[in-house]
Amino acid sequence: MPEFLQFLASGLTVGAIYALVALGFTLIYNASDVINFAQGEFVMLGGMVTVFATAAGVPLPLAALIAIVATVLVGLALHRFAIAPARGASAVTLIIITIGASILLRGLAAVIFDKRFHSLPPIAGNKPLLVGGAAILPQSIIVLAATAVIVVLLWALMTRTLIGKALLATAANRLAARLVGIDTGRMVGLSFVVSAAIGAIGGILVTPITLTSYDVGTLLALKGFAAAMLGGMGSPLGAVLGGLIVGLLEAFGAGYVSSAYKDAIAFLVILDVLFVMPHGLFGRAGVERV
Amino acid sequence: MVAALQTRAGVMLLAVIILLLPLVLPSPFYFRIATLVFIFALAVLGLNLLMGFAGQVSLGHAGFFGIGAYAVAVGPTHWGIPSWAALILGAVAAGLLAFLVGRPILRLRGHYLAVATLGMGLLIAMVLTNEAQLTGGPDGMPVPRLDLFGWRVRGAMPWYWVSGVTLAIAAWLAANLLDSPTGRALRAIHDSETAASVLGIDLARYKLTAFVLSAVYGAIAGAYLALFDGLVTPATAGFLRSIEFVSMAVLGGLGSILGSVVGATLLVVLPQALTVFHDYEHIVLGLIMIVFMVFLRAGIVPSLAALAVRRKP
Repeated sequence: MPEFLQFLASGLTVGAIYALVALGFTLIYNASDVINFAQGEFVMLGGMVTVFATAAGVPLPLAALIAIVATVLVGLALHRFAIAPARGASAVTLIIITIGASILLRGLAAVIFDKRFHSLPPIAGNKPLLVGGAAILPQSIIVLAATAVIVVLLWALMTRTLIGKALLATAANRLAARLVGIDTGRMVGLSFVVSAAIGAIGGILVTPITLTSYDVGTLLALKGFAAAMLGGMGSPLGAVLGGLIVGLLEAFGAGYVSSAYKDAIAFLVILDVLFVMPHGLFGRAGVERV
Repeated sequence: MVAALQTRAGVMLLAVIILLLPLVLPSPFYFRIATLVFIFALAVLGLNLLMGFAGQVSLGHAGFFGIGAYAVAVGPTHWGIPSWAALILGAVAAGLLAFLVGRPILRLRGHYLAVATLGMGLLIAMVLTNEAQLTGGPDGMPVPRLDLFGWRVRGAMPWYWVSGVTLAIAAWLAANLLDSPTGRALRAIHDSETAASVLGIDLARYKLTAFVLSAVYGAIAGAYLALFDGLVTPATAGFLRSIEFVSMAVLGGLGSILGSVVGATLLVVLPQALTVFHDYEHIVLGLIMIVFMVFLRAGIVPSLAALAVRRKP
């Protein structure tokens, strides 16, 4: 039982980060049909900027704020200088642009920061809480709580504000949204801002547990993308659940089956789910017009 | 018809370049780079059959590349199979795997297919990493040199010709395929799956054909790289390699045979040329990828071809 709880806790913690990355994918995809493979770099930037700002003597909360703002600016620049000029290009062209952006951001991080691993002091200390025999880091609880708060805030933004509704309208039908006077280009920009902020927050929160370095983004993007697809592309709820499921599969797979093949287990389950549900858990089947 | 002529002309041009290039290459180092370009172009050509012509995305192409590479490493080392036979066995194994996995996987569309192929590629890479007693694990293993009926193929010069001739033949085969009923069916699928199926095209069968072909091309290229380098590591089959292949195919131009070669050339030569930038290498590479895709959206070769046509009165 303690073993089970231990795996559950670590699975949920990692899963929460995957969920945040998947959420970022989903937001940008909904607004623009772009799969943003630089999403993992947002997470990396959040962690790295905070690390180097605190190292320069900035107090942690301020450093975190600086990191979020910096990442949002990067997200805006990515949209303004790489995605917006290629408006109307095919999906695969846009994907290669985001892959180029991810290589660029990784290269910049390696030059501006360094290529070493870094950590941050945990917000609520290092003393693990003992729950039913399992040792749970306070930081894990903070990660989970913050993820929950982000999901609720996002839900409120989407359903309770005019901007959120404009964003939803853009996702549903871009032409119709433009016809009712929504600046869809600005909405796509906004989706980059929100995704970058979510990614940065995830990066800041998880760094005390998993460490960060200039190249952590690739693996996170890969897992987050898989999670988003498992949940069903375009569904925010699916993205969150997909992330948690992938995290749990990894933790339990590593614990009970084989740590060398933990990723294999996660992907085998994803493949099986897709065979039964070709549009993920919550995705809708699209209709192709001829 | 015009498209077919253009493709043929592209293959001819490629053959001429392969023949004449040795006249201007100054040193074995350049032959080495050219060989790498040919080998990667071969793999990208396979991927292009699937992505550019059948319109199916694959993020797991490096998995087949890895199968080919490890076949010529494991076969001769552990089981005493001659390298050339191991190469063929590897290509057959990759084709067979694609055949078996293809049916369920290719029912998925778009990004879902992308994540399924991504998973398949990762599984292959993971097996190669973890079955250490056979594959040497994360450190990889040495690959015995290719012995072709007494001719020991080693060094940049012989490999230039082996890989160049193979690439030319592969391109010629691909051009012929595209000009056949199969090729027309594949292009119809690319344009609209629904419309193609209404016309009576057996979607599953043609997609599977393209998938198996792409796997065989990939495996042969992987085997060549392993034999040429004399070493394989799990990175051969890794996710980043798959991304590299997709980038090459899209940069050069999806659906263009010459584009595969141009894309491979760009992404093989650039990192070599950019080493002068040292730490800034990745920054420049990323920028170049973005700029090319923003300004030449359909890929380098198709975009430039379209420009040339528009210039003509």
